[in-house]
Amino acid sequence: MDTLLQQLINGLTLGAVYALVALGYTMVYGIIGLINFAHGEVVMIGTMVAFTVIVSLAGSGMPPLLILGIGLLVAVVACMVLGWGLERVAYRPLRHAPRLTPLITAIGMSIVLQNIAMIIWGRNYITFPPMIDKQIYEFAGASFTNVQVAIVVLAALVMIGLTYLVQRTRMGMAMRATAQNQHVALLMGVDIDRVIAMAFIIGSALGALAGCMVGSYYEIAHYQMGFMLGLKAFTAAVLGGIGNMAGAMAGGLLLGIIEALGAGYIGDLTGNFLGSHYQDIFAFMVLIVVLMFRPSGLFGERTGDRA
Amino acid sequence: MNMLEVNGLRVSYGGIQAVRGISFHVSEGEMVALIGANGAGKSSTLRALARLLEPAGGNVRYRGKELLQVPPHALVTEGIALVPEGRGVFPRMTTLENLYMGAYARNDRAAVARDLEHVLGLFPRLKERAQQVAGTLSGGEQQMLAIGRALMSKPRLLLLDEPSMGLAPIMVQKIFEVIRTVASEGMTILLVEQNAKLALEVSQRGYVMESGEITVTDESTRLLADPKVRAAYLGE
Repeated sequence: MDTLLQQLINGLTLGAVYALVALGYTMVYGIIGLINFAHGEVVMIGTMVAFTVIVSLAGSGMPPLLILGIGLLVAVVACMVLGWGLERVAYRPLRHAPRLTPLITAIGMSIVLQNIAMIIWGRNYITFPPMIDKQIYEFAGASFTNVQVAIVVLAALVMIGLTYLVQRTRMGMAMRATAQNQHVALLMGVDIDRVIAMAFIIGSALGALAGCMVGSYYEIAHYQMGFMLGLKAFTAAVLGGIGNMAGAMAGGLLLGIIEALGAGYIGDLTGNFLGSHYQDIFAFMVLIVVLMFRPSGLFGERTGDRA
Repeated sequence: MNMLEVNGLRVSYGGIQAVRGISFHVSEGEMVALIGANGAGKSSTLRALARLLEPAGGNVRYRGKELLQVPPHALVTEGIALVPEGRGVFPRMTTLENLYMGAYARNDRAAVARDLEHVLGLFPRLKERAQQVAGTLSGGEQQMLAIGRALMSKPRLLLLDEPSMGLAPIMVQKIFEVIRTVASEGMTILLVEQNAKLALEVSQRGYVMESGEITVTDESTRLLADPKVRAAYLGE
């Protein structure tokens, strides 16, 4: 029982992060039908930028939480610029190219960003300095930290804010209209270029936030960390139904929980033949199962909706 | 006074010319019909005016302005609204949200609220369906919504692309009643229709298109009486 609760708590934390990253995939896919495989790298750059800012401010005598806040803010802004730049430089010129072309470009950008990060931050694991004075709480035999609470609460607040933005604001209306029928949105006076840029900018900001969460949670960063994280968040987006924002949130949480439960019980299930370091296989088992039995995902929309 | 003056408009798809240098005009307050067989280039003409297609040549003067210089998303602020062929409602938005999208480019909230009342008055059915997701509306209701949405932009020039297409006769009648009403309120309308009889009955003037060219033009009543037009387009 205590394992179950413990893994649910861990899964919720991980799932909150996946959900934020999955939103970046799904927003871009919903609007231009592109799977932006460089998004995981945007998250990684977010972690790295926050790392650099935090390390360089560490000796300044500012309160640690303020330093973390500044690191987060700089990372978010840097990633917004990066996301905007990616769209502008790599994807916009290919707007009318066959679908495969931007997809391959996305993979290319992912490699480019990884290598740039390797040049700047090196090829070794770096320690993400813990800025939150960690406290451990016990609850019904399971334990969790204030970092986990902060991650889940912050992610929930951001997702509520994003839902409000998309459902209630003028920009959100424009984004939904563009996703549903780009030509007609243009007729209504929506500046399509701007909407597409916004999808990248918002998605990248969420990615930067997720990157800082991952850094604070695992206290470690690496130039290749975006690859696996990106693939898993992509899986979460597919699980929820790619292009659907509520789906990305639900898919992220669900995937985090599946993964944590898998990691918690894999030893018992296989007579300790496989250990918890095999946890990565669960995400991809989920991906395969979803693609086989329900390719449109849990909240999937019929593809016929796209004009 | 001519609201719209089209000169030598050409539209190509790849190497194929769908519209071969046509010229026509629409005066303020009049309804003009563009009729012709399937594939004659009528829809291409409208889509080029709304810039869903980039014209291959020619020029378009609209209220004294060179229209092809205006960026596509700014056309609606210039007062041009297209009701696209196939309606193009936003399927996962409600009826009301679709109507508000029509007013997306406007920022006069009070006037938008008045226009919404007006549109819902023209189409009481839309009022009943206000909170329903547009993808679940019937074809006729979607056509009402598409027209209502275009009116929400407070256009000076309304471009209608095949509003009768795929609708039951009773629904076609309803839609055209509203088109008549809107026209009688002073709206300038360019109507593309395969149903030539219907189009010529509601419009003042008509142009007949054949293989990308305008072959005949006259007042609608005279086109309706023209034996050649009757034979070719009115099924007689």
